[in-house]
Amino acid sequence: MALENADIEKIAILARLQVTHSETNDYANSISSILSLMDQMQQVDTEGVEPLSNPHDATQRLRKDEVTCGNQREAFIAIAPATEDGLYLVPKVLD
Amino acid sequence: MSWEIVIGLEIHVQLATRSKLFSGAKVGFGALPNTQTTLVDLGMPGALPVFNEEALRMAVTFGTAINAEVCKHSVFARKNYFYPDSPKGYQTSQMDHPIVGLGYLDIQIEDGSTKRIGVTRAHLEEDAGKSLHEDYDGMTGIDLNRSSTPLLEIVSEPDMRSAKEAVAYMRKMHAIVTTIGISDGNMAQGSMRCDANVSVRPKGQDKLGTRAELKNINSFKFIERAINVEVQRQIDILEDGGKIAQETRLYDSDKNETRPMRSKEEANDYRYFPCPDLLPIEIDDAYIDAIRQSLPELPDQRSARFVSQLELSEYDARVLSASRALADYFEAVVAVCNDAKLSANWVTSELARYMNQHNVEIEAAPVTAEQLGQLIGRIMDGTINGKAAKTVLDELWNQTGEVDAIIEAKGLTQVSDTGAIAAMVDDVITASPKQVQQYIDAEVDKRGKMLGFFMGQVMKASKGSANPGQVNGLLKDKLDELC
Repeated sequence: MALENADIEKIAILARLQVTHSETNDYANSISSILSLMDQMQQVDTEGVEPLSNPHDATQRLRKDEVTCGNQREAFIAIAPATEDGLYLVPKVLD
Repeated sequence: MSWEIVIGLEIHVQLATRSKLFSGAKVGFGALPNTQTTLVDLGMPGALPVFNEEALRMAVTFGTAINAEVCKHSVFARKNYFYPDSPKGYQTSQMDHPIVGLGYLDIQIEDGSTKRIGVTRAHLEEDAGKSLHEDYDGMTGIDLNRSSTPLLEIVSEPDMRSAKEAVAYMRKMHAIVTTIGISDGNMAQGSMRCDANVSVRPKGQDKLGTRAELKNINSFKFIERAINVEVQRQIDILEDGGKIAQETRLYDSDKNETRPMRSKEEANDYRYFPCPDLLPIEIDDAYIDAIRQSLPELPDQRSARFVSQLELSEYDARVLSASRALADYFEAVVAVCNDAKLSANWVTSELARYMNQHNVEIEAAPVTAEQLGQLIGRIMDGTINGKAAKTVLDELWNQTGEVDAIIEAKGLTQVSDTGAIAAMVDDVITASPKQVQQYIDAEVDKRGKMLGFFMGQVMKASKGSANPGQVNGLLKDKLDELC
């Protein structure tokens, strides 16, 4: 499966990555070659093999429903680039 | 043309855990911004989620309560999108292997019959934080207290055919989740909210019409209104020869209209994949069966018991079992006064009127079940009549005192002294010669109705304290003597 430049632009938008026009071609080529490796892997006969959601032979450990962390706002706010009234500030977003 | 309405609901229920789905931060409404977060909720690199066992137990409890298949193997997946109130860049949710599979619940429809609504699935996921768009120097404020709060998303089949059915389904779901205690069900605080998928098609057509998704409806009243205006909008477009766009819309309750949300670019490409930070959840039959065994009495069972054991009407039984709090309140009233029918009347009519007027739910009613039970007891033992009881209820609602003290202070004790009542009856008859003559002239079978005037006069003379049964009997005797 080969990717077009338009596919790269769409992926870049979804991933919030800034990709310059000159880079688009390079990415299209390198990602296409990864996908062709996947195409190759698709050739393997996986009939009767259950899809694996996790490679570890283990199941999820559970946590007791207890509040173990108190208010750490001051510590977190101290490492944030912009805050006001206890809120983290980010560039304006509109719904 | 005649149209058929097709509705499916996605209900988000906030689970009533103490701590978050994946961290030990406190869950709670109304705290100061960002005081209930950990590094996990902030999406800091390297901070790993650990799954809350209580959220699992609650999800499985829900599955058993709606007769659903509970999945012994379920998997968390990442739903990828960028929005500042979700700093990880994805929502941890479930896709291919939800915890709860196919189930159903029964609703009562308008003609009184029962309709079964399918539940496609229910899955666990985390809530996002909140964006505050007030102006912070041209920036947006982010509060992450709600981030990683456990949610159960319950997806219905497109089985509902009117806005009323959708409301009945939502109400039944509310009754179930509050009864099994997995959520406080507080819609005003967002503990339960729903998205409605609405489409219309010509009657008799199999193929579904194009649907619009109405987002974030947070009251029973708005579900009905939002669906009805959306249905009308779609029918108007189709009847003008237009086409429905598949889109997400918001209901504006002030204008009573729906309008398209500004589309987030490529919003529907969520690129789900299994979450590598969380292992599959494996549970066994013993775990599920133990939960099934511990289910409390469900709303349908409770309603049936109110009919069979307490001899309530089907209607009253259904109204009173609509929420766990209401049913508990009602049973507490009955425990005090020992009369189920009177209790049902006072809870569903008199008390309900105050609750509607003041827009409060039973949990916040200032009249306790104990007080209402005592009040009904005072009607039953003849201390006060029904009219005086309403005065007492008004005082109870305004919290001016206890039942007996109010009766005493307001002089509401019913006059059951035959001599005193007879004197008042005589006074009224003497003072109303015109009405007495009309009574005498009237046909015998019309007289019963005419008694109302005299009843009113005597009750007024006694300031509402006379025993109405005695007044009625004496009036009839004395007037008939004159005929």
